[in-house]
Amino acid sequence: MRNGSDPVSLSSTGPDYFDIDPLLSEEERSIRAMVHDFVAAEVMPTIGENWLKGVFPSDLIPKMAQLGIFGPTLPEKYGGAGISQVAYGLIMQELERGDSGLRSFASVQSALAMHAIFRYGSEDQRLEWLPRMTRGEVIGCFGLTEPDAGSDPGTMRTRARRSGKGWVLNGAKRWITNSPIADVAIVWARDDEEKIRGFIVPKGTPGMSAPEIETKISMRASVTGDIILEDVEVGEEMRLPEAKSLGAPLSCLTQARFGIACGAVGAAMDCFNEALAYAQDRIAFGRPIAQTQLMQERLVDMLSRISRSQLVALRLAQLKEQDAHTYAQVSMAKRDNVRAALEVARMGRELLGGNGITVEYRAMRHSANLETVDTYEGTYEIHTLIVGRDITGLNALG
Amino acid sequence: MNVVVLVKQVPDTATRIKVSSGGVEIDPRGVNYVMNPYDEFAVEEALRVKELHGGQVTVLTVGGEKADEALRTALAMGADEAVRVSADAKDPLTTARAIASVVRELGPDLVIAGKQAVDDDQGQVGSLVAALLDWPQVTVVTELELSPEGGVAEREVEGGVEVVEFSLPAVLTAQKGLNEPRYASLPGIMKAKRKEIRQVAVDAAVTGEPVLRTTALHVPEERSAGIILRDMDAAALAKELVRLLHEEAKLI
Repeated sequence: MRNGSDPVSLSSTGPDYFDIDPLLSEEERSIRAMVHDFVAAEVMPTIGENWLKGVFPSDLIPKMAQLGIFGPTLPEKYGGAGISQVAYGLIMQELERGDSGLRSFASVQSALAMHAIFRYGSEDQRLEWLPRMTRGEVIGCFGLTEPDAGSDPGTMRTRARRSGKGWVLNGAKRWITNSPIADVAIVWARDDEEKIRGFIVPKGTPGMSAPEIETKISMRASVTGDIILEDVEVGEEMRLPEAKSLGAPLSCLTQARFGIACGAVGAAMDCFNEALAYAQDRIAFGRPIAQTQLMQERLVDMLSRISRSQLVALRLAQLKEQDAHTYAQVSMAKRDNVRAALEVARMGRELLGGNGITVEYRAMRHSANLETVDTYEGTYEIHTLIVGRDITGLNALG
Repeated sequence: MNVVVLVKQVPDTATRIKVSSGGVEIDPRGVNYVMNPYDEFAVEEALRVKELHGGQVTVLTVGGEKADEALRTALAMGADEAVRVSADAKDPLTTARAIASVVRELGPDLVIAGKQAVDDDQGQVGSLVAALLDWPQVTVVTELELSPEGGVAEREVEGGVEVVEFSLPAVLTAQKGLNEPRYASLPGIMKAKRKEIRQVAVDAAVTGEPVLRTTALHVPEERSAGIILRDMDAAALAKELVRLLHEEAKLI
């Protein structure tokens, strides 16, 4: 009952058809409940309108920071809370139950920008940036994709040339979540030895700009933009010292993809809960539409997909907790969970009939968002080929 | 100023309640339990009292191990200590006797409870505790100001607000609108995990005999969906309405 919402309007964190809850610790359930309540009270009432207007609700940034959900798996000395991977996955699930754009914001902050600094930065860089990023005072973005280098980031054209004691960056990045509102960008570029290097580039560095991409008809409550780099000078102290190859940004992607695999479950759950309630309520031909074979099949299909995705997400999180996961497992989970969520959202939209095409209902917003999620952070096809290579030992990726 | 907050774990109000086979209790299977929403206001107010006047916030519940979750939620919001009372509490009075005996030992300046629990809606425990302790009680509080000796509280009354003064120690019950409860934070949840929940057993001699006994519990009968008459002119509509009231509803 946060913020005066009615005591009877608390919604469920389910579905949980396979009784997965007992596999979570009490603390993991508490963390999920906290984020769930937050999203129900602070996000749901206005997300439809924000989405229509194409507005990211930036007033949520300090509130999310106060909950502690930026970089929550990091050690306390960097401002994190040292939570489990399972708990992190549940945070992503509950954020995406609200909107994929909200989860994307948190993913980029935590799994891409902060993770890059944590994993590849110096101790000085960590202490300088991470605590402020956990507090939401500094918003990060992650510049890897380019207009002509998407699925094959190894062909990136952005250059980093040595100049005196520092570096000069030139190039363009595209489809960068948060870039227009970010205070700092992690920029990946090719050096003179053709090695991929990472740089921390603060907003306002001369020669850097981040125009917004304003024509999206998906993920409308999330800010996406370019990063343009024209003779941008940065000091050597802004280079991530431990990042020495393309493997560095790719390992950040593995972090983010894990969060996406968990997050997509939340969007699907929201669509299912909405569809089930609607089907039980909506009368056609003198009975609830839930009492028809066609709708029951649809609801069962939706819940089956969600149950599978939940179990995969949980197991992946457990493996990740033990650092026993592979990037191919992450690829399979991202590929399959997002596609399943997209299918669930579409089925939910169909079940809602004409009502389903309005923003008063949630299915079509989720469905439109998930079109992006299915494509970004490695398309469905790229993940097919990553897993395909893993199970055959043969590389079909170009 | 030391505050004891009384909390109760209740079924999430979104849960569909089923009555267990015995017919006097709800079936706990598949039920998601949360802290009673009115108790969240009580915890929040206690934390604000502490922030303003110093002291300690102790949360207290009566129940089995399962009830620890409500206590952990309060600890994660910022409460300092938690006590779980195990007692054979069968009705509001036996529950209140168990609580009063522990509160007497804790000796706080203030006890705050939710105005009622949303599961059984009895709304008795806070008042009974006050009566058993012989302390002033202010119920359904929407605004609170404290000084070291006493306080002023606003209460919701029909069509307006009543302002009352009271001395300490006292028992207050919290109404929606008293404050905006904070969310537990992640660091709060992690810290709460490491805190110990003190268990206190209260024996049957203290709780005594219940004065109420639940004899039956049933869910409301399902009503069939209504009928909306449309696409008719007024005369036809009136005629159809009369026919339905006479033949279907048998009211006229």
